[in-house]
Amino acid sequence: MSKMHIQLTINGEAQEVLAEPRELLIHVLREKLGVTGPHIGCETSHCGACTVDLNGKSVKSCTVFAAQANGAEITTIEGLGNPDDLHVLQQSFREHHGLQCGFCTPGMITRAHRLLQENPNPTEAEVRFGMAGNLCRCTGYQNIVKSILAAAAEMNAAQEAAE
Amino acid sequence: MIPAAFDYHRPADIASAVALLQELGDDARPLAGGHSLIPMMKLRMASVEYLIDLQDIDELRGISVSDGIVSIGAMTTQHDLITDAALAEAAPIMREAALQIADPQVRYVGTLGGNVANGDPGNDMPGLMQCLDATFTLVGPGGSRDVAARDFYEAAYMTAREDDEILTRVTFAAPTGGYAYEKQKRKIGDYATAAAAIQMTRDDGLCSSAAIALTNLSDVPVFAKAAGAALVGTSCDASAVTAAISAALGEIDPTEDNRGPVEFKLHVAGIVILRAIERAWSRT
Amino acid sequence: MNDQTPPTREERVAGLKGLGTSRKRVEDARFTQGKGNYVDDVKLPGMLFGDFVRSPYAHARVAAIHTEEALKVPGVLAVLTAKDLEPLNLHWMPTLAGDKQMVLADGKVLFQGQEVAFVVATDRYAAADGIAAVEVDYQELPVLTNPFEALESDVVLREDLEGQTEGAHGTRKHHNHIFLWEEGDQEATEQAIGSAEVVAEEMVYYHRTHPCPLETCGCVASMDKVNGKLTLYGTFQAPHVVRTVASLLSGIEEHNIRVISPDIGGGFGNKVGVYPGYVCSIVASIVTGKPVKWIENRMDNLMATAFARDYWMKGKISATREGKITGLACHVVADHGAFDACADPTKFPAGFFHICTGSYDIPVAYVGVDGVYTNKAPGGVAYRCSFRVTEAAYFIERMIEVLAIELGMDAAELRAKNFIKADQFPYTSALGWEYDSGDYHTAWNKALEAVDYPGLRREQAERVEAFKRGETRKLLGIGLTHFTEIVGAGPVKNCDILGMGMFDSCEIRIHPTGSAIARLGTISQGQGHATTFAQILASEIGIPADSITIEEGDTDTAPYGLGTYGSRSTPVAGAATAMAGRKIRAKAQMIAAYLLEVHDDDVEWDVDRFAVKGAPERFKTMAEIAYASYNQAIPGVEPGLEAVSYYDPPNMTYPFGAYICVMEIDVDTGVHEIRQFYALDDCGTRINPMVIEGQVHGGLTEALAIAMGQEIAYDEIGNHKTATFMDFFIPTAWETPNYTTDHTVTPSPHHPIGAKGVGESPNVGGVPAFSNAVHDAFRAFGLRQSHMPHDQWRIWKIAHDLGLHG
Repeated sequence: MSKMHIQLTINGEAQEVLAEPRELLIHVLREKLGVTGPHIGCETSHCGACTVDLNGKSVKSCTVFAAQANGAEITTIEGLGNPDDLHVLQQSFREHHGLQCGFCTPGMITRAHRLLQENPNPTEAEVRFGMAGNLCRCTGYQNIVKSILAAAAEMNAAQEAAE
Repeated sequence: MIPAAFDYHRPADIASAVALLQELGDDARPLAGGHSLIPMMKLRMASVEYLIDLQDIDELRGISVSDGIVSIGAMTTQHDLITDAALAEAAPIMREAALQIADPQVRYVGTLGGNVANGDPGNDMPGLMQCLDATFTLVGPGGSRDVAARDFYEAAYMTAREDDEILTRVTFAAPTGGYAYEKQKRKIGDYATAAAAIQMTRDDGLCSSAAIALTNLSDVPVFAKAAGAALVGTSCDASAVTAAISAALGEIDPTEDNRGPVEFKLHVAGIVILRAIERAWSRT
Repeated sequence: MNDQTPPTREERVAGLKGLGTSRKRVEDARFTQGKGNYVDDVKLPGMLFGDFVRSPYAHARVAAIHTEEALKVPGVLAVLTAKDLEPLNLHWMPTLAGDKQMVLADGKVLFQGQEVAFVVATDRYAAADGIAAVEVDYQELPVLTNPFEALESDVVLREDLEGQTEGAHGTRKHHNHIFLWEEGDQEATEQAIGSAEVVAEEMVYYHRTHPCPLETCGCVASMDKVNGKLTLYGTFQAPHVVRTVASLLSGIEEHNIRVISPDIGGGFGNKVGVYPGYVCSIVASIVTGKPVKWIENRMDNLMATAFARDYWMKGKISATREGKITGLACHVVADHGAFDACADPTKFPAGFFHICTGSYDIPVAYVGVDGVYTNKAPGGVAYRCSFRVTEAAYFIERMIEVLAIELGMDAAELRAKNFIKADQFPYTSALGWEYDSGDYHTAWNKALEAVDYPGLRREQAERVEAFKRGETRKLLGIGLTHFTEIVGAGPVKNCDILGMGMFDSCEIRIHPTGSAIARLGTISQGQGHATTFAQILASEIGIPADSITIEEGDTDTAPYGLGTYGSRSTPVAGAATAMAGRKIRAKAQMIAAYLLEVHDDDVEWDVDRFAVKGAPERFKTMAEIAYASYNQAIPGVEPGLEAVSYYDPPNMTYPFGAYICVMEIDVDTGVHEIRQFYALDDCGTRINPMVIEGQVHGGLTEALAIAMGQEIAYDEIGNHKTATFMDFFIPTAWETPNYTTDHTVTPSPHHPIGAKGVGESPNVGGVPAFSNAVHDAFRAFGLRQSHMPHDQWRIWKIAHDLGLHG
């Protein structure tokens, strides 16, 4: 069972890593590439703490072999913003207290980012349904939903201002 | 939860995939979205020596609707089923059902082919395919063959697919009339406690056809032929619906699990069927 | 400078972002950018990975463990078994409850998932392959999963205790019995109940569940043999306790052990105890000379570490015909699993369960708790709870409902009739607690008014009629709860863990330029300590919260403290913070007086400065004072501005609240919908309303999960049935309702700032509110009691047994 070279574009940067085919994407990201934003929560694709954006889709990286991701473009929480230029969602989660222990937060925000890409003006019910692949044990979701709705409004306002 | 080691292959076309399956024998498994198989491998409940990833095979993707025939490539994801406008027009039950499967992340990856080929009695698409009288195309070393969804399932995880075959395509006639996919579950991400798929037509105030299939109420999906027949020719009045439910309940054999005991499941199955019929009939 | 208008007093207060401010959290910057540092993010050079071979059986003799094949697996370096640990006397370890627990299976296994062998390998993949290659010969033994049967059975679970009739908490009356713990006046209680006009009797079961934080437990042990120092990173809610226990167990002197709790991904009580993984990682690091990481997977977490509850509570409550309660008795059969590893203060084997008289003025009461061994995982931890308070609150709030049924009385009215009155505080309960403060009637009336309680009852009555006429299949439940918590453990005179008094601590250093760092003996797991403790301090010492760093979790730098659980951080460490702040201020006053050339008593504190009395334009700000403290020779005053406080609380604090849940129930499917949830909390002085509200939302959602489906279930041969998130119910955003929060403020009279703690209140009060709503929906049809969790089939079963399915 030999190792294989896996090419990934992570947060815009081309990376190559040597891994066994069975290695899970989350482990390769966290252990081999130092991308520790995504976390491991349940390992059975229920909790969404490991969510990354893979070729434009929200994916649970605990249930993807790195080999499957060979050639993929991946965005993680680390790629959404930086200290000098935070993503609107990153600011909004802080502003509306959308996190407590922070363990689910990278997956939450990464998923919310894709949700708003696909549905820029969601209702509360659409946010709740669209975020149902991400579990949080601390917040009861109320402020997460609030954070996402507020971010959507802000992004739409910025869009309108730009037009 | 760490899987055992395996060799990984990513063929570019169906012929290569079939050749690999034939060559590597029953230690090889085709991989679609992987959200059923990979958890089993991580729990070391599925032993796989060779994994044949089908993602590069373009001909396994896509949805087409033409001349009233819906044809869907096996690697089409649940997310694709939800967002495809032509499919929503031709067979809106597909979208209604797909939205009730798993959660958003899983629907981006989970495929129609994987869902129907895996043989997990908890999967939603097999029952729906039986309701729609779909045909599965299987390609193996000897060529291609078609199997009706209603004949495909033998037992839990046992299907008519041979180890060296790949389920490549799902085809069905675009349904007409009313439809419903009714599912009771404990939460998003759960399998059905009970689910029912129904397509029915109305002619002159009476039911002219009805197909009902049930999910996770036996070790295989159940096409409840007699239940549909009980509705045909009626105005779907209370006694006809009761007869249909009673016929359907006669064909299922649920088992106790964390979702509840058998008597509860039988009761809920009846309720789910009732609500599915009511909704479908209201849409005819 | 002179042109600028000086800030007003209000502006100066606002600039501090002190008490009462919804200050945004300082933690969030790193968490929202993926820069948290959790234990699995810790990566040390040469680090190995260890993981367990676990028992597939609930009760079996371990005849042999074959490790040869595992040792041949590439990357596997060692396989530890009890035989390897025995020479170090580490094959067993003491529990927090005075019992002992196997670290690795010593001759037998007592629950499914028990640790049998520890495989050490180069990474987690090699470790998993090694685990698969270990062969264990088991001989199955009869399994006991029912505590009532365990007390009757001939099967001996704990052979190591055979013949020992005295346990840590008195006499054991059977080989599977752990203790009988009693409180109150049994004779007087029996008399009161025996002579009462009305008596309600009921068995109330609070099922077994699990705290299940999103991050599982784990650690990295690193033994530096050159310097003789052990560094232990881990998910520890009580890092100092872990250091002391590690020292006692290993013989390594405590100054040579450094325990670090990095960011913790939720605790909820799961991360209080000491687990075999920690011990094995330390041993493996000593054996290999390399750092060893152990991280539970989710199944391990749900199967082996820290269950909660599992209390069978048989209650009797008596009253006059008018509804005045005259007595309460409760006997509990407590299923502790294979080892008594409850995380309670040492002297309280049933925790603070005897707070079970709740919010009510009950003249006489008695509680007896029998602890029992079964073939289930050990634990009994306080899951978002202060040591069995959740069980107590659930018990009394169910008994009140049952009594209301017995009396034919409205349950809201019955509560109001029996509340301890505001002028009765401080109030001593029949079971010996001194409630510090409360105003229950005010809170209760506010809650009833907020939801239009009479209107809800009218709607409910109409719904029942409509149901009977066949017009609807949905019933309406109104779930009431008025809970009283007991948190902030606790006074050293009666609260300790393994002999260590449950004080807490804060150490403050003011820097010369007027910013500060404060270190505490607690550790945040999401509560936002870095934000809120700075607010306490800002109000005490007049330095803006934004200029104060809060640091916790490193035993080399933080003062000794007992950690964060049982809602004790604000009541104990928060008090220490305020007291240390006051020491700073006392010294600052002397410095200010010297600088202003007046007597100490001639200056007064004003938000962020000391000013000369009667001459407010003459002042020195705290920043100026700090600078002077380091740079100016002040006669009779040591240089520098630092303080430390170890706070031993004089009493617990008693937060309370009134919760009302309105629930729709489909009787045909058992599906529920939360239509409304109103939560009024009184946690005394409110430090950060935003954080409080977040705590309430989260605690209510954990309560929703517990009441409506979450359980640790076993089959009759001890197989764990709920070990993944498919079956262990954690609601998503879709199943979770919006909550309305509200408050009253009744400060604690003995806490320096009057704060009581809030993190656990919503879980303590939420569970009975949800459960009572389910019960209440069926009250008109004759339901008295039905056990949680109220998942779909169990609700359906209620309806079915009441004949509602025709």
